[in-house]
Amino acid sequence: MANGDQAKTDVLQGTLDVMVLQTLESMGAQHGYAIAARLEQASGGALQLNMGTLYPALMRLEQRGLLRGAWGTTDTNRKARFYSLTAAGRRQLAADRKAWDRMSAIMHRVLSQD
Amino acid sequence: MRALLEWFRRLRGSLGHARSDADLQEELRTHLALASERASARGQALPDADRQARLQAGGVTQSMDALHDQRGLPWLDALRSDIAFGWRQIVRHRIASVAAVLSLGLAMGAALTAFRLVDAVLLRPLPVADPSHLFVITQSSHSADQIAEDRDDFDYPTFRRYVERAGSRAELMLLGMASRRNIIIGAGEPEPVVQQFVSGNVFSTLGLQPAAGRLLDNTDDVVPGGHPVAVISSDYWQRRFARDPAVVGRTFRVGPRLYTIVGVTSGPFTGTEPGMVTDVFVPSMMNPDALNANGWSWFRIWLRPGAGVDPGQVQAVLRAGFHGDQAERAKRFALDTPKARIDAFLAEELQLQPAASGASAAQKTFRTPLWILAALAALLVLMACTNVANLLLARAMTRKIEIALRLSIGAARRRLLQMLLVESTLLALIASAIGAAFAWWAAPFVVSMLAPPEQPVRLVLDLDWRTLLIATMLTVAVTMLFGLLPAVRASATPLLDVLKEVRGQRTHRRLTHALVAAQAAFCVFLVFGASLFLGTLERLQGRPLGFVPDHLWHLSVQSAQNRSSEAWTQLAAALRAMPRVESAAIAGWAPLTGNQWRSSVTRPGRPSPEDAPNWVSVAPGYVETMKMRLIEGRDFRPADRSPRKEHGQPAPGVAIVNESFARVYFDGATPVGQHVVVDSSQAPMEIVGLVADAVYASVRESSHPAVFIPFDNERSDATILVRTDAGAPEMAQAARRELLRLDPGLQIWSVAPFESIVTKQVIRERLLAVLSGFFATLGLVLALIGMYSVLNYAVTRERREIGLRLALGARPGHIVTMLTTRLAGVVVLGAAVGSGLGLAFGRYVHVLLFQMQPTDLSALVPPIVGLAIAGLLAVLPPALRAARTDPAQTIRTEG
Repeated sequence: MANGDQAKTDVLQGTLDVMVLQTLESMGAQHGYAIAARLEQASGGALQLNMGTLYPALMRLEQRGLLRGAWGTTDTNRKARFYSLTAAGRRQLAADRKAWDRMSAIMHRVLSQD
Repeated sequence: MRALLEWFRRLRGSLGHARSDADLQEELRTHLALASERASARGQALPDADRQARLQAGGVTQSMDALHDQRGLPWLDALRSDIAFGWRQIVRHRIASVAAVLSLGLAMGAALTAFRLVDAVLLRPLPVADPSHLFVITQSSHSADQIAEDRDDFDYPTFRRYVERAGSRAELMLLGMASRRNIIIGAGEPEPVVQQFVSGNVFSTLGLQPAAGRLLDNTDDVVPGGHPVAVISSDYWQRRFARDPAVVGRTFRVGPRLYTIVGVTSGPFTGTEPGMVTDVFVPSMMNPDALNANGWSWFRIWLRPGAGVDPGQVQAVLRAGFHGDQAERAKRFALDTPKARIDAFLAEELQLQPAASGASAAQKTFRTPLWILAALAALLVLMACTNVANLLLARAMTRKIEIALRLSIGAARRRLLQMLLVESTLLALIASAIGAAFAWWAAPFVVSMLAPPEQPVRLVLDLDWRTLLIATMLTVAVTMLFGLLPAVRASATPLLDVLKEVRGQRTHRRLTHALVAAQAAFCVFLVFGASLFLGTLERLQGRPLGFVPDHLWHLSVQSAQNRSSEAWTQLAAALRAMPRVESAAIAGWAPLTGNQWRSSVTRPGRPSPEDAPNWVSVAPGYVETMKMRLIEGRDFRPADRSPRKEHGQPAPGVAIVNESFARVYFDGATPVGQHVVVDSSQAPMEIVGLVADAVYASVRESSHPAVFIPFDNERSDATILVRTDAGAPEMAQAARRELLRLDPGLQIWSVAPFESIVTKQVIRERLLAVLSGFFATLGLVLALIGMYSVLNYAVTRERREIGLRLALGARPGHIVTMLTTRLAGVVVLGAAVGSGLGLAFGRYVHVLLFQMQPTDLSALVPPIVGLAIAGLLAVLPPALRAARTDPAQTIRTEG
């Protein structure tokens, strides 16, 4: 990984998994490119994932049993690998989301104290 | 949990059970295509769209690297490729690898065997509760020859005293010397078992449980002769009764006594003597004759301090009592006892010896030899490691350009080290497999050498975690020993030096030569040690015995009641009448069976020497049966009497004496017809015969005066000696049946060929000689391989120089001299060091030697000659290769 990406990845390390899970929950089964595009769009262009970050993350989530990947066909009739959430993935997302909510509430409270 | 699942899937990934590279690449290419599509949809020209997509999404190659790292376990992938690479290296240098692995395997096998034996005999804790808090009582003492020794056998009156003194501070247990008995189960034939007497508290104090029936307790050990009950070991239960629960309540006969089996111990407990596997335990009260006999030592005293009691405290109490006993006994010494002897007696001391791993005669006999053999085996492993290290060094040197290149293009030194260590580990693993197989076969073989076949030493040689631990530790140690050095050296060579071909050569040569010198030293040391032990065995076996043990049988017999000498002689006469029997005779005991009786005689008008002669009583026919050489005079006749006291008055008797007796008492003149006086009875004794010197208690003794007197006492035990014609192997059973036919009440302790009694005398020497001889041979082969490979490598390395010299007119002989001089110097240096070590070692083991002086320089001849021959054999092939070098060709290829 090139040095310029280092800062970005550090931020991503813990959050990318949640974002991918969330994307798949809201959009249903998606291929890798669609996930990247969606995240880029949702972040207002702040999040530009390269393949070397995205695909190992997808593989890791799949190895952990949170995602299931299968080859399918896109609207434009192109062969692509689609990822969908498993039941475990959904549970993980719910737990992660709760943790995030609590964390951001704490951060909010701490930072808004004068 | 999820992390574990991920790890497991990555493990599968490393093993190839995951998405293929093609599959992954297709997914990445789809990504790029979709990105490019979108870019061009936004109106970019196609080449720009592609470029834009790749810029943002990254390259396929880098992404594949990241995916590979995630798909499997990177370290495992690296290991896998290292193993494959290492294996290719091993296979490519097939002959050198096989030599290295085989020699290392044999050496490791030898070491494993030695350590298994050391473990089984000396280290393994007894399978009882809390063995680390068990002790045996020992007592320093002086033998008849005033040689200091530790003894651990005691008589029953002493045991009773010690129990009383220890009181509640400790539990004292009586554990009889494990001994072979013949028992008759039901109406069967006599069969041998190993029996131990035990006091009633043994099983409870050792925390043992019954597997069937019950164990013995204190109520089984009260009335002398009144508890004919026995407990058998689980091992014997399995071997003899196939774990039949109905064994409880069965009876067996030992001599005239009928015992009932009341229970079976559980677990692997087979007595307390490594080397003997006890089958039957009976209460100590069942040895009633010994209970009040002072000086009849037949058991060890085991001790477990009470909870919270310091063993030192128990020892102090027992010591105080012991010193009191000694002072009391010293008062009863004869008035003319030398002061030095009294002082030595009073200086004797009682000890509590930790006995977690048992206490046995085998431990005593084989402790030093086994450690010596283990040390020699370890030395062998070092030698083998040196060889493999040399091999790997040479290989690393030929590969150093490759290694330097790997380093220069950015390989981590750690990875490089790993790569080289993996190769060493592979070699070590193959070698340990060979070693384990070898040890599997060799350990029982070595055990069979610890005792004659009639009285096998049995050891628990299970393949348990201890053995595996030893094997693993050995493998790791070996890998580190021979693998680390070459690996560090190879990976540490600076690139520039390699490319300039400077420093590497010289340091490499120094290192190799140091290894060769070490090897020569080890080899000389091993061969020197072996020649000491072989010489000892040869000298012991070459000693004239003074009788002929071939076709001679030794029967040890006990009668239920005292028999007259006539009744004993009748038994011998009956055996003599059997077919194929040449002669038979009765004796109090036979030579070399451990019995000793010394008593002084005086030749009137002449001072007696300090050492009293050895005595033994023998019946007529003894001299003939033993085939002793009768020099003068005659054998005993039935009417001959021994010198004795009758109604308080000395009564005269006759005797046969040996040559040493004639030399010491008669200055070598013929003693036949002369008289001497027996000091103890004051009875006169006429010497009627003179025989050649023969061994008495041990084959190690020097010749000593001996007196044979007629066997004319009433006694309950005796030895019968039977000489058969050549090849009468079934003597044992036939003689046993014949004796029992004459008197069913007889107890026949043993029937053994006399040769095995002689063999037993040199069993320790034979073990040391055979094994150290084997080690020395292996050591010579290892040194040969070592010298060969070093020289061979030198010839390869210096091909160009050799070629040049030959081209410039050097004679082949000159080339060979040039190559070998350096090596020879190194070997000689090593041999000198090894000789020095050997001489020091010889001094350390001198107690195990017989008529071999460790300082005798002639013992250095075999190692030096051996090494010289090995050196010649090693030098020849590479030297010939060097001499046959075709200058033109080498210079061309090396260009």
